[in-house]
Amino acid sequence: MDHNKSTLNLFNNIDLATELRLGLPGSDDHTEIKKSLSGNKRSSSEMGSSTCTQENESTFSPPTKEQVVGWPPVRSYRKNIIQAKKPEAEMGSGMFVKVSMDGAPYLRKMDLKMYKSYEELMKGLQEMFKCIIGLYSEREGYNGSQHVPTYEDKDGDWMLVGDVPWEMFVNSCKRLRIMKSCEARGLGV
Amino acid sequence: MDPNPNPKKPKAIKSCPFPDEVLERVLSLIDSHHDRSSVSLVCKNWYNAERWTRRHVFIGNCYSVSPQIVAARFPRIRSVTLKGKPRFSDFNLVPEDWGADVQSWLTVFSTVYPFLEELRLKRMVVTDQSLEFLALNFCGFKALSLLSCDGFSTDGLKAIATHCKNLRELDIQENGIDDLGGHWLSCFPESLTSLEILNFASLNSEVSFDALEKLVSRCKSLRVLKVNRNISLDQLQKLLLRCPQLTELGTGSFMQELISGPVTELKNMFSNCKNLVTLSGLWDATPLYLPVVYPACDSLTFLNLSYATLRSIELANLLSHCKNLRRLWLIDTVGDKGLEAVGSCCPLLEELRVFPADPFDQEIFLGVTESGFMSVSRGCPKLRYVLYFCRQMTNAAVATIARNCPDFTHFRLCIMNPGQPDYLTKEPMDEAFGAIVKTCTKLQRLAISGLLTDRTFEYIGKYAKNLETLSVAFAGSSDLGMEYVLKGCPKLRKLEIRDCPFGNAALLSGLTKYESMRSLWMSACNVTMDACRVLAKERPRLNVEVMRDEDGSDDSQAHKVYVYRTVVGPRKDAPPFVLTL
Repeated sequence: MDHNKSTLNLFNNIDLATELRLGLPGSDDHTEIKKSLSGNKRSSSEMGSSTCTQENESTFSPPTKEQVVGWPPVRSYRKNIIQAKKPEAEMGSGMFVKVSMDGAPYLRKMDLKMYKSYEELMKGLQEMFKCIIGLYSEREGYNGSQHVPTYEDKDGDWMLVGDVPWEMFVNSCKRLRIMKSCEARGLGV
Repeated sequence: MDPNPNPKKPKAIKSCPFPDEVLERVLSLIDSHHDRSSVSLVCKNWYNAERWTRRHVFIGNCYSVSPQIVAARFPRIRSVTLKGKPRFSDFNLVPEDWGADVQSWLTVFSTVYPFLEELRLKRMVVTDQSLEFLALNFCGFKALSLLSCDGFSTDGLKAIATHCKNLRELDIQENGIDDLGGHWLSCFPESLTSLEILNFASLNSEVSFDALEKLVSRCKSLRVLKVNRNISLDQLQKLLLRCPQLTELGTGSFMQELISGPVTELKNMFSNCKNLVTLSGLWDATPLYLPVVYPACDSLTFLNLSYATLRSIELANLLSHCKNLRRLWLIDTVGDKGLEAVGSCCPLLEELRVFPADPFDQEIFLGVTESGFMSVSRGCPKLRYVLYFCRQMTNAAVATIARNCPDFTHFRLCIMNPGQPDYLTKEPMDEAFGAIVKTCTKLQRLAISGLLTDRTFEYIGKYAKNLETLSVAFAGSSDLGMEYVLKGCPKLRKLEIRDCPFGNAALLSGLTKYESMRSLWMSACNVTMDACRVLAKERPRLNVEVMRDEDGSDDSQAHKVYVYRTVVGPRKDAPPFVLTL
């Protein structure tokens, strides 16, 4: 079924190591896991069970630290949720967001977790881009300054930095853009 | 059966002292299919009375019987539960196109049970065509539940929503569904007011909120509503306004940048839900909004946090309000500290499931350990069901846990690194499971992991006399392991084994046992085709299916073996890679 295949392909793209095959990905690993199991097999036919146990305590080597098909036994559905969450988790340990400034040739990256407040963030941005951002006011935004800091949130909307509580901003900010104030008119500045 | 078993008795005394109608009346009150099976074995009269009064049939393996046989025996079925693929298909161990298509069942049912009301499927292949067939051919159809199924898309759901005029239940859980959009929800006609259960939490596409709100408003008997992640807090608030009578709620995303009203309004919505006993969803929940559910927590008996990556503090705060919990599902981000809170706040807890946030990253040393499990066992002596994913465990800890919670019926421990020993003593984990089977005499289901020798299986065979389901992976030293279990566990019904050194002798030691079981699964063990052929030849009432390995290497080895009892012989829909011997 086409739609069936596309669903499975989706799973495969997300987690390439989970192929439909026995043993571990990569033929070397395949022989290694076979060896550790066949070691047991040899013992079982030639020796009694007690010797077997001792023998196998020393010879049994767990599979190498590669992914084994279908292990741990977590359902596909949950696995996909986890994979989907992964990018967020990576952002969680250091929240790096791209920062662009109109007119600057390169994008920069900054770690939002390094800052505890908007004041600190503004300081960092001003240092990074050698610009002046000016003061924020709830009613007038960044009126009067040459540059206006904006950000793209989870919904894809471009927002003015400073409107929402800091925590909320950090959780929803996907990237930053320092606009020239003349271009920032659309944001109700 | 002879209606007059004792010829010396006077004829006046009948074996059945009351008329059939009375017998049928009495038997119609029996729901449990186990009881009904027992009833049907008493005598011919009772067999007949039972078959005429059975309304619900449970088929644990769709290939053990045919729809024609079911139809012939039970003429008045209104509800069917059907299970298909072996459980390891959940973990990608069963190739696509293996089978378990529901259509052949539906075709027969459409003539024999045109008034079928309920269909509950697990691990079956269901196509959109089948869903449409179902919707069009069963005019009184009321309840559809799909769990771990695949083969269909949201188009199939459209058909159900459009045509099932008396739909009471639509429960879509964790399926391999092709999500083409949320339009299916808008297909419920305005005349549909009968919905009581609606669960679309696992679907990704956005539904029309307007359509959902209207649906919820007009279905006054709605008691279970589980929405998907796209439903925002604002929207949830509007929904709860319409259905405060809910007993089970699955929320959408619990993170929103700015909700339109004050947080207290949302909190009030939850306090208005006086009948809530189950809460789930809570995607992306943070300390910001989690407290809005507190007013509803006191009456909760089941809290499913397995999609909310909470940390220990957040969990502790939440659980301090949930003293009546019986069932709790968590993600291991809560850590051992979170589990301490479970132990202190939830003395009535009977079931705990802890899922791994990051099962595939071996470098991570987070999650829960033996310490968390012990904390729970100390505070929750009524625990009967545990599923626990962890990265380290000790024999001593499990022994303590067994002592604290002797009533375990389901013990599923997954030490995520295969073949890992007791991390303190470096010994195998044999004594851990030994302690469990010795202490927990009511144990029905067991899943073992870690470094295990044949001793574990010796313990299981010797002590686990009520064991029905056993899952084994990367364990054992020799054939003896499997033999101990097959000889020692009289109630064993399902045995699933992967990556163990059990060979032909082990397989064949169960020759006389497999017919008393539902099924046996063995993959990546040391079984050969020849042994499978012997089993198949000796036991014609078993289907011995071998799945060929994709690269076709080593044809004498049987890489995946699935053995199950059946009254209908080899299945006719087996794909080319499945060989029935």
